[in-house]
Amino acid sequence: MIQVRALSKLYGKKSVVEDVTVDIQPRKITSFIGPNGAGKSTLLSMVSRLLDLDTGEVLIDKFDVKKMNSNEFAKKVSILKQSNYMNVRLTIRELVSFGRFPYSKGRLTEEDERMVDQSLEYMHLTDMQDSFLDELSGGQRQRAFIAMVIAQDTEYILLDEPLNNLDMKHSVQIMKILRRLVDELGKTVVIVLHDINFASVYSDRIVAMKDGKVVKDGPTEEIIESAALKEIYDMDIPIQKMDGCRICVYFSS
Amino acid sequence: MRNSVKLAILALIAAGACAVYLFHDLNGSYGYALPKRTIKVLAMVLTGVTIAYATVVFQTITHNKILTPSIMGLDSLYMLLQTLIIFFLGSGHIIIVNKQVNFILSVVVMIVFALFLYKFLFKKGNQPIYFLLLVGIIVGTFFSSISTFFQVLIDPNEFQIVQDKMFASFNNINSDLVWLAIAIVCLVMIYAWRFLRYLDVLSLGRDTAINLGVPYDSIVKKMLVIVSVFISISTGLVGPITFFGLIVANLSYQFFKTYKHTVLITGAILMSIIALVGGQWVVERVFSFSTTLSVIINFIGGVYFIYLLLKERKAA
Repeated sequence: MIQVRALSKLYGKKSVVEDVTVDIQPRKITSFIGPNGAGKSTLLSMVSRLLDLDTGEVLIDKFDVKKMNSNEFAKKVSILKQSNYMNVRLTIRELVSFGRFPYSKGRLTEEDERMVDQSLEYMHLTDMQDSFLDELSGGQRQRAFIAMVIAQDTEYILLDEPLNNLDMKHSVQIMKILRRLVDELGKTVVIVLHDINFASVYSDRIVAMKDGKVVKDGPTEEIIESAALKEIYDMDIPIQKMDGCRICVYFSS
Repeated sequence: MRNSVKLAILALIAAGACAVYLFHDLNGSYGYALPKRTIKVLAMVLTGVTIAYATVVFQTITHNKILTPSIMGLDSLYMLLQTLIIFFLGSGHIIIVNKQVNFILSVVVMIVFALFLYKFLFKKGNQPIYFLLLVGIIVGTFFSSISTFFQVLIDPNEFQIVQDKMFASFNNINSDLVWLAIAIVCLVMIYAWRFLRYLDVLSLGRDTAINLGVPYDSIVKKMLVIVSVFISISTGLVGPITFFGLIVANLSYQFFKTYKHTVLITGAILMSIIALVGGQWVVERVFSFSTTLSVIINFIGGVYFIYLLLKERKAA
């Protein structure tokens, strides 16, 4: 379980994340939603030690993140950010092999190669594993990065807006894969999403943030509900039930 | 062609260049010319190793393939130091005449300056590395301006000595210094060995590197210190030649097309040995010392730099 305790982040005098306390349940998809600038990405960056935290603490399986060895941490928690600029030209397979770095430090064992093969298979990338990343479309690149994270084989997978710039088909594909990671492999997935309908259809729990604070935290059914959404987004959003999915019709509200 | 084959061929050419330089036209002068040439070759190999290593590492940690470590202002500091000594103490002073004293003083001043700069900049949490480069450029320009100011005032005969210091030269290299420098460089290399494998991951960018368990900020700081030590040693030994690193590093990227730093660095080192030893041989035998190696290197390097800029622009 990831426990966030009284976490804050200040940029100058402006607090971006303010006194956030939240528990992430294991073996579930937890989505972070909220308006732009709510502090979702900042929170995720602090949990995954990309950003230093100003006050508060993050516990992962009861261990303080600050005190963990960075290599051990990389075997427990992985993070994928929105933009992944690289200075080198890599093939998909080379990138995915980097996911094994915490284990083998660049010299891949047979076990590592097997994990890489599996992750490529999982993301349907086996056929194109030797293409270069800069020759791929946005969706394929995103899948390659997710494959790297899968090869890293961590219990916790944190993703910062993985659906950015993806079309509907690829978005659905990625969300389905995340669902499988949780249901079949028992991973814990934490994801920042902008489209609340994806959050509604695929996640088990939703944490809603606004102005650096958590305003709602609960099972999906409790959050995807007109009154709660009004509080988060300041919009009247009607909910339609279709085939067991709760769909927010926010386009004309 | 496999990269190991390419490396082997480069190693052969490098060894061949050294052999030609050592034995061509020796006329049986084993007692006098050979030891002198050996020292020169060692100095060139050492310069090649330090410059190639420092540049590839520097470009990886700054995520930029058209930067050289000279942007941190160490060469300008070296020139300022030499100019000031000659201006205030005269070219006959022991610090200029005695090469050992000069070397140790220059290296210590450069390393202390670099450490001071890092200490100052990294004190306040994690500043982006571009801030460091910006400060480096400004400080470097400042140093160059002061140097120029004093060079204008200096006695014309003394200026000749200053001018000699402006260009890297492998003539008149002190053999004790070469051994000392080799010892330092070997020790640093052994220390840096375990960080080499992290460099591959650093080129994926900060976020991905941290995700993969690399202690990013501490590795970058250590690497910057190592780069400064290498640049200081090669500058102190032969003079400012960092521009050269740009050529060999980029040639190595183009030739090997890999992300593996063990291959990239080894390749860049071999290429610089070939260029330095081969170039010096041409300077001595073809131009019969009418020009210096660093003039040729700066000329070819400048042309290559413009080519790189045009190419990067097209890629972007």
